Amino acid sequence: MRRALPFSRFGERLIEAAIVLCGLSAIFFVIAIFLFVFLSGADFMLHRLDWVEFLTSAEWYPTSVSNKRYGTLALIAGTASVTGLAMLIAVPFGLGTAVFISEFTYGKAKEILKVVVELLAAIPSVVWGFIGLAMMNPLIIDLLNAPIGLNVLNGGIILGLMSVPIIVSIGEDALKAVPDSFREASLALGATRWQSVYKVLFPAARSGLLAAVLLGVGRGIGETMAVLMATGHAVKIPTSPLDSVRTLTATIAAELGETARGSDHYQALFAIGVLLFGITFVVNLTADLLVRGVRRK
Amino acid sequence: MSTTPFSATAHTLAAERRESVAKGLLGLATALLVLPLVGIIGLLVVKGWPALTWEFLLTDPAAGMIAGGNYPAIIGTLWLIGVSLTISAPVGVLAAIYLNEYAGDNWLTRIIHLAIVNLAGVPSIVHALFGVGAFVLFLGLGTSILSAALTLAVMTLPVIIASTREALASVPLAFRHACWALGASRWQTIRHIVLPNSISGILTGVILQVSRAAGETAPIMFTGAAFYLPFLPASVRDQCMALSMHLFTLSTQVPGVPPAFPYATALVLLTLVVAFNLVSIIFRSYLRSRRKW
Repeated sequence: MRRALPFSRFGERLIEAAIVLCGLSAIFFVIAIFLFVFLSGADFMLHRLDWVEFLTSAEWYPTSVSNKRYGTLALIAGTASVTGLAMLIAVPFGLGTAVFISEFTYGKAKEILKVVVELLAAIPSVVWGFIGLAMMNPLIIDLLNAPIGLNVLNGGIILGLMSVPIIVSIGEDALKAVPDSFREASLALGATRWQSVYKVLFPAARSGLLAAVLLGVGRGIGETMAVLMATGHAVKIPTSPLDSVRTLTATIAAELGETARGSDHYQALFAIGVLLFGITFVVNLTADLLVRGVRRK
Repeated sequence: MSTTPFSATAHTLAAERRESVAKGLLGLATALLVLPLVGIIGLLVVKGWPALTWEFLLTDPAAGMIAGGNYPAIIGTLWLIGVSLTISAPVGVLAAIYLNEYAGDNWLTRIIHLAIVNLAGVPSIVHALFGVGAFVLFLGLGTSILSAALTLAVMTLPVIIASTREALASVPLAFRHACWALGASRWQTIRHIVLPNSISGILTGVILQVSRAAGETAPIMFTGAAFYLPFLPASVRDQCMALSMHLFTLSTQVPGVPPAFPYATALVLLTLVVAFNLVSIIFRSYLRSRRKW
């Protein structure tokens, strides 16, 4: 042991250098992702893209022969409508389930429900998309007499189910972080469990629950395959839940393979990537600040 | 009904009624979540079962994917998760060791934490753009298993860091103090005390990420997964098929596919993913039951 020391000192230095390097890797990758996505479209973004048109025009005609236009408003509306509908479903169900699991179940039942939520989270997005395509599509056509079942409603329901697990698990963490003494005090005063939940736990866990919702929104905005397959392919601002739309993410996935590398269209897709990166960055940052606010308390 | 001094007041009764209504509604919300899970799995099994034969699992797709099986897609998925894990697991575990064992509570740690949170939130399609820009083009790896696996590795990295960190943090500080008191260095303590006591927790998190990597489609679509490649890859520089990509192709791009094919493919993919998940869940509860502290 003692004889090995000089070498092991050296080995230790080496491994500790690797540890520090890997520790910094997350910073490196976030910066690299932004740089590579930005630089791949920088020439177009900085010189030829009209950013006002990009953000406010609903006309996305990147392949038009005479008059190419790069307006993403319809795509933004597509993302917003599908995510919005998804949240209408996922927030009540997600928070309700989080409360039920955290406050009303015990022992085995609690463990089993948590496993179910985890399995729901494990279903790959392409499988969700396939379910939207093969199962929800005919169902919506039959039940609602819609001409096509690939629309905001379909994408919203699928995305809602996909966002529920993250809202449940973060929401449950937020409720768990409320000290038991709060519950005991409330029950001792004669409140029922439900009264304790909405008078004591909700206010105490407010920012954590809000963070859970925000992370659900972030997931919804970034989801690609499921909305690509379930929302139809119509680049227009939807006026009803039965309209087909296309989201920001689906546009990149659908068009990247068909553009010439380095063309304006190709670079415009990277501009959408920068936009998506920016939106999710802000959403996640806000959620993280809320969560850490909880922990500090 | 006569009232005694001990019977509940109208106010209490109303509160209790509201309690049972609330509990019923919350339970209903929970039940309505279990329903789609059961329904989806049930439907995939019922519709996919007829096509799910040994031949389907072990032969190449034929006649432009409307016949044959999905053997190369299964093998391709195994290649992708294997290579991506070889990259992300060591980096993720070392990064977690840095954060939990070395880093102080300072601005650098806060920035790393922020970076991890944001890395976890980057949409999968943006990871795909990054993969194209960085690995396929800049590093010149082309569309290959290596490019796709690297893209997946970057994507799974933040979650591996988070779960490993949790596993490391669950080792009581007293263990480290005892070891340091015997004169061991920081790395010796990590190597001989912290890691052996947290390795199963670390593995649990890593296995969970395997299942996530297996299901991803968007990040590999443009970096290495091929639509139709009815033979096996020979090295990491080749392209490969993947189950997730194959499901997408079968259900949206190819006309005339037998209706059971995409269901069966989805079933194979789901079985793979759920199997990894169950292993990780069982592993975790087993660990919890025999933790010594």
